[in-house]
Amino acid sequence: MTNPLVPHQPVVANHWETLRRFTAARIALGRAGGSLPTAPHLAFQLAHAQARDAVQLPLDQAGVASDLQTRGYQTVRLHSAAPDRATYLQRPDLGRRLAEPSRETLAALAAHAAAPPELAFVIGDGLSARAIHENAVAFLDQIAPRLLAAGWHLGPVSLVAQARVAIGDEIGQVLGAAIVVILIGERPGLSSPDSLGAYLTYGPRIGVTDAQRNCISNIRAAGLSHEAAAHKLAYLLDEARRRKLSGVLLKDEAGTRLPLSAD
Amino acid sequence: MPVYRHTIGTTSYRFNGLCDLLAKASPARSGDQLAGIAALDAAERVAAQMVLADLPLTTFLNETVVPYASDDVTRLIIDTHQPAALAPVAHLTVGDFRNWLLGDTADAAALAALAPGLTPEMAAAVSKLMRIQDLILVGHKCRVVTAFRNTIGLAGRMATRLQPNHPTDDPTGVAASILDGLLYGSGDAVIGINPASDSTAAVITLLRMLDDIIQSYRIPTQSCVLAHVTTQLEAINQGAPVDLVFQSIAGTQAANAGFGVTLDLLREARDAALSLKRGTLGDNVMYFETGQGSALSANAHYGVDQQTLEARAYAVARHFKPLLVNTVVGFIGPEYLYNGKQIIRAGLEDHCCGKLLGLPMGCDVCYTNHAEADQDDMDVLLTLLGAAGCNYIMGIPGSDDIMLNYQTTSFHDALYVRQVLGLRPAPEFEAWLHHLGIFDGNNRVAVTSALPEPFVRTLAQLT
Repeated sequence: MTNPLVPHQPVVANHWETLRRFTAARIALGRAGGSLPTAPHLAFQLAHAQARDAVQLPLDQAGVASDLQTRGYQTVRLHSAAPDRATYLQRPDLGRRLAEPSRETLAALAAHAAAPPELAFVIGDGLSARAIHENAVAFLDQIAPRLLAAGWHLGPVSLVAQARVAIGDEIGQVLGAAIVVILIGERPGLSSPDSLGAYLTYGPRIGVTDAQRNCISNIRAAGLSHEAAAHKLAYLLDEARRRKLSGVLLKDEAGTRLPLSAD
Repeated sequence: MPVYRHTIGTTSYRFNGLCDLLAKASPARSGDQLAGIAALDAAERVAAQMVLADLPLTTFLNETVVPYASDDVTRLIIDTHQPAALAPVAHLTVGDFRNWLLGDTADAAALAALAPGLTPEMAAAVSKLMRIQDLILVGHKCRVVTAFRNTIGLAGRMATRLQPNHPTDDPTGVAASILDGLLYGSGDAVIGINPASDSTAAVITLLRMLDDIIQSYRIPTQSCVLAHVTTQLEAINQGAPVDLVFQSIAGTQAANAGFGVTLDLLREARDAALSLKRGTLGDNVMYFETGQGSALSANAHYGVDQQTLEARAYAVARHFKPLLVNTVVGFIGPEYLYNGKQIIRAGLEDHCCGKLLGLPMGCDVCYTNHAEADQDDMDVLLTLLGAAGCNYIMGIPGSDDIMLNYQTTSFHDALYVRQVLGLRPAPEFEAWLHHLGIFDGNNRVAVTSALPEPFVRTLAQLT
């Protein structure tokens, strides 16, 4: 029964909002007719816009390199064989290989090194440069002191644009590193445009399969903290060095799993 | 290998065998480009389509795209082919088959009778000559009706899968999304959960919860927990209440091996589900999902284009008489379907080819955040699928799957498309919605501040 003295409310609210504490799903959104009301519609549009912007945002190589150098890391700036974002998105094979000039740069660096490193870090934009900008250096700040204290010999940090996970294998191979860890922007979710993944490979070389990697996923402010992620990675690295392997065999004991999100 | 040639003006085109011809004739998509088999330019694509149009349909019975000797999907296609069913069109070329499909002779009865005579390669070939409107028209003419506890696929109806996923399979979290969906009239195709964990214990917990909900609310629908088929078989062995058995499938033996399945395993799973006799109106107990690009992704594509391989997955599906099949069209990512345009066309191709082959086709109208697509593109595909008579779509709270991290159609989206196109839920489920007062007589949502009685009690228990 409509009361003519009360203005008609165009949105029918749902009376089960209390269920939201059991799930992050977008429940009890209400309806305008049968359709999505304006407020939840725009909230969705914003979440998608942030995810899209994260995918398209260029990696600030100069800024990240500068941050790394002030902390004393030797840094090298590289580019994958995918020349631009559109090609990168359609040709994952190109994102897994270095562009020829980058490969030469890296080879020259390796030739001048006194000894091949035990461990080389790679930072790649992946599907979210925002994840790198917000997490990569802060995460290194957590993990590097632990590793240096444990006697690890670290190689140069490679900073790669238009990178997929497997590009770490080629970089590790050129450097002659025993282990490579690539920190990479994961595929943005609607509420996680800033998620960083860390992938570890023992004996990196071109053609290593995903089964030979370990992954720590969802490293970000609202997800796995930098400190907790560093703890996990330090454990995996020690085990990988001790047992001379990575991947499924290591994964089972460490309790981490490979996500579907970034390859 | 036969070589096909075509000359346009002063340019000669050459296609090396059926695979090359089909791939070059495929409308542009990133997955075929990634595989290095796509047409080099737009004119070459049309030249290939012209050659394909002149090819006799029976060519596909004599020349296989994946070798018979090494692939059990090819053997299934050839060994179960029914020549008598093909007879009405056996004399036609692919181009004239398109003409025949668009004509009035090809009504629902004729198309249903034709299905066992069609091979997936024939369906894929003719779809490559079709525009969007042809895909819609032909899909719309096909009628594939299946049943378990309700009837899916009747004319003028569109069902929804209620997909209440939760990142940790928390039963209360899942139940919250189910309640939300039911109160928006979703769930007639199936209430189907993608579990985060593939452990048998976790899967059985979810199966028992779904069974309790369906029984206590007396909902004329069926449940499914979309774990690996071996996990579901183990759940059946442990006495769990399994309605539908789910599995992802693909169009080659090697790609199916990548999913960890064989035809024998699917047969065993179907037999196990049938033995439970849980269907009341029918015995379609299987639920399959497919998607263009899965074979390439598994490095098991044999140089065959992704749309033809997708149609071959339907040959696997139809052998097991499923209740539901859906193409998860935009889930795989932009390296296979780059943008909204490619996703929209692929969704309609899959629906049309699946229906031609006799399958109860639904579509997961979806995209990921790294694809060049958005909600507008999904609205276009949803509306076109509604016009094409798609059997069912997904339904999820606010389009946001917080477990699988992709976007698909919401409960609200289903209400929209039903309202605009005059579509109704499955009849048994529709009666239930009316009985509980969730929908009014015009199939509009009737739930306002007063919840239907059984839900008041549930909400009180949950909160």
